[in-house]
This record gives sequence, C-alpha cells and structure tokens, in this order.
Amino acid sequence: MSELLHLPLEALHVELGAKMVPFAGYSMPVQYGLGVMKEHLHTRAAAGLFDVSHMGQVILRGADYQAVAQAFEALVPVDVAGLGLNRQRYGYFTNQAGGIEDDLMLANRGDHLFVVINAACKDADIALMRAGLPAGVTLEVIEDRALLALQGPLAEDVLAGLNPAVRAMRFMDVADLDLAGATCWVSRSGYTGEDGYEISVPADAAEDLARALLSDERVEAIGLGARDSLRLEAGLCLYGHDIDAHTSPIEVGLGWAIQKVRRTGGARAGGFPGAARILSELDGKAPRARVGLLPEGRAPMREGVELFTTAEGGHPIGRVTSGGFGPTVGAPVAMGLVARDHATVGTQLYGEVRGKRLPVTVVTLPFTPANFKR
Amino acid sequence: MKFTEDHEWLRIEGDLVVVGITEHASTQLGDVVFVELPEVGTMVAAGDEIVVIESVKAASDIAAPLDGEIVEINEAIVDEPSKVNADPLGEAWFFKMKVDDLSLLDQFMDEDEYKDLVD
Repeated sequence: MSELLHLPLEALHVELGAKMVPFAGYSMPVQYGLGVMKEHLHTRAAAGLFDVSHMGQVILRGADYQAVAQAFEALVPVDVAGLGLNRQRYGYFTNQAGGIEDDLMLANRGDHLFVVINAACKDADIALMRAGLPAGVTLEVIEDRALLALQGPLAEDVLAGLNPAVRAMRFMDVADLDLAGATCWVSRSGYTGEDGYEISVPADAAEDLARALLSDERVEAIGLGARDSLRLEAGLCLYGHDIDAHTSPIEVGLGWAIQKVRRTGGARAGGFPGAARILSELDGKAPRARVGLLPEGRAPMREGVELFTTAEGGHPIGRVTSGGFGPTVGAPVAMGLVARDHATVGTQLYGEVRGKRLPVTVVTLPFTPANFKR
Repeated sequence: MKFTEDHEWLRIEGDLVVVGITEHASTQLGDVVFVELPEVGTMVAAGDEIVVIESVKAASDIAAPLDGEIVEINEAIVDEPSKVNADPLGEAWFFKMKVDDLSLLDQFMDEDEYKDLVD
C-alpha cells in the first residue's frame, strides 16, 4: 500500500473537526461534528460544502475543440463534438466488453476539453486516454487545483454573495468566474440531486474560498458519508459499486447519456469500445436492470445483500449494489441490479440480511426528486 | 458501573445486570438507525453476538458480556434508534440479563480504567 496522499484543505478539515479516513488513496473527511445524518439533511435544506479535490481534473487540447472532441468520442458513447460552448455533460469510458471503466463529467471550454474523473480510477483513466487518443491531442493532469462542491437549495444565494454572475448559470453551464480573489472554473452541477456548483480553484486559493463560503451561516462542511447517502437517495451511481467494468451502461439505466447521434442510425453512431453490445441493449435487450429498492422494515440493506423472489429457497436474482439509510426518506433505501424479469416497479423481492429474508419492494428512482436549475 | 473492552457498560439493578453501550461507542458508530435486540428468555453465553446496531455508516454487533438469561429488552430504542446517540448511558439501555453470580462483574473495568482505554 502506498502512502496516503494529502490534499490542500486537509488542515482546514482537521480544524473543523473532521474525522479523516483513507479513501481512494487520499486522506479525506468522512464526517464533521454534525454527523452524517445532520450533514445530509442540512445539504437538502440549505447548502453544504464538499471537498472533492481527490477527483481527477484533466485538460485535453488539440488543434481545436472539434479535433479533441472527435478523438475523445472513440473512448465514450457521448456526443462530445456536439456539446455547446461552456456546457458540461455526464459520460463514461466503456470497455470492449461493453462495461464501464469510469464515469466522468466533460465540458467544452472553447479551446479545450475539461474532464473530471473519479479518484479511484484516475491512473487507469489517464492511461486509457493516453493510449486511446491520437498524438495530436495533449493531456494535462491538473495537480495544482482543488475541487469544491457547494450543494443545496441555498447554494445559488450563497455563491452569488461572492459573485452574482453565478445566478445566470443553468444546470450544466460552465464559466470562469472570480471567487474570493481567484479565477475559478465553475460548473452548475454536482452529485447530490440538489442544485449547486462544482468549483475548481487554484490550490493556494482554496482555503480562502472555503473559509469565505463557510463564514456564511447557511453553509456547513459536509463529509463523504453524507455525500454517499445524498447521491444514493438521488439515484446516482457510484463507480465500483453500482457500475463497474462488467456492467453495461444500458442495464444500469445510463443509456440516456448516449445521445442520438452516437446511437444506431445516428451520424456518428458507435465507434466507442463495446459499441456492439451497448447499442444492441438499447433495444431493451439488457438482461439485468438497475432498480430502486425500498426495504419494508427498518434494517438497512447494504451493498452485497442478495435478492430473492421468495421468502425461502430459490436462487438469487440480483443483489444490492448500494444501500443504507436515507436521512431525507427517513428509512432505509437501496439500489440493486436484478434480472430484467424482476425489475418492474412494485415487484416484491426479499433481501437476505444476516440469514433472514426481509421484504423489499422495487421502486422508481430517485428516492428524492432532483432539484436542478434547468 | 463497569465497562467492557467492547465498549458496553454494565450496571447492577437488583439481581439483574443492565447493559448498554458507552458514549464513546455511540459517537464512534455515528447516527444509529436500526437496533435488533434478542428475545426475552434467550439463554446467552458470554461472547454471543446478540444485538445488531446499524448506523448510517455500518452494521456492528454487540456481544453478551456474561452467560445468562435475557429477561428484559428496551423496545424504545428499537422504535427510536436515535435514542442510542441521544442518551446512551441512560434511556438507551439495551437489555437486562440474569447472571449466575453478580461478582463476575468484578472482571470488568471501572470508569477510570475505561477512560484510559478510550483516551
């Protein structure tokens, strides 16, 4: 095991009373004094500040944006070339088997493509991009910027106090904005199901910006624990759990991220790893489906719990891929991957927890409605 | 009051031993969202995992501190698991058990020894 990596805001987290834990090789705040439950509820009610500096930030340059975008489309099933200027889009790297190598955000920044990738996949993603992109495209890993997320219904009001221009941004808009004296790359996005912003800030200005945001009484520092329960209630996938190298994007319900132009019959159909499987599954042929799961009792059903159709006997027809307690729902919530025949909303299944089959119902995702400013 | 290395507290009440978890344990667990208690009348052996506690973070077990019989359980913490965080040493006791010999409690730590363990 290599040594734990430390990020620019570590001292601030410790000062704020964070419990630091190793995560994807980084020392990260899992919770602060409020605890996971209150941090979660605060984010849904007001505004939460998350340090997500462990995520990878990459800039790709070529002759122009179109050159980079078209090259990048060999790695992802997403319409990159058609992405508008200063717009961001969700996507994922696929593999030859039609599985997902990582999920990501990409943005058209005019003269370059900006990509944000998961911490745990960073090295593999960079290798994948270096191997899969032509010599004319250069890849710059951004090591000198932190990444903050301000999430929640009051995020706009809070951030507008530092720069009113953030109010004009729509969901998935990207802009360079001055915040607390530093030029930041701001996107109106996040991964909590709430309105909010992700802010790439120069490392040496990150603490000033974080303190400026935290000095607003509507803002609390929020750890990775609540980040996980927030994204679970929002029905958002976590790489390595709900999605991985063996799950196709279609069976996990991420087909919406494949725009028409990349689908069969589109002007730039296919041309990404695993296209044959992925495009054929778009016709409703995926053998499994990701579903929302609402346990009937109070016992959380966590990742790995096997799912059955009957209270006794039989073979598992799926498993929980993310599960825990949903503070906003006020009850346990989970997502799972099940055989397609058992994926209909309202289907009663059983999850085996500590040797007991507990009833659980297939429900629509998300558990909490998205609150984006579209 | 006595304390175990598993962060349980033990209190004598008449001829029974009342068992709960310490403030330290409840803080470490985080927000408790689910508690499963043994049935009244269960005969348990020291070390048997008889309680399941789930917090927002993870599931953990609590072991019987001694051999004996479970004679009473605290349904209030099943109905409202957050009591375990709110008042771990008082209202949120877990179960009461009958043991052969109350002097068996002498093997456990007193408050000072327990404080040394967790500090």
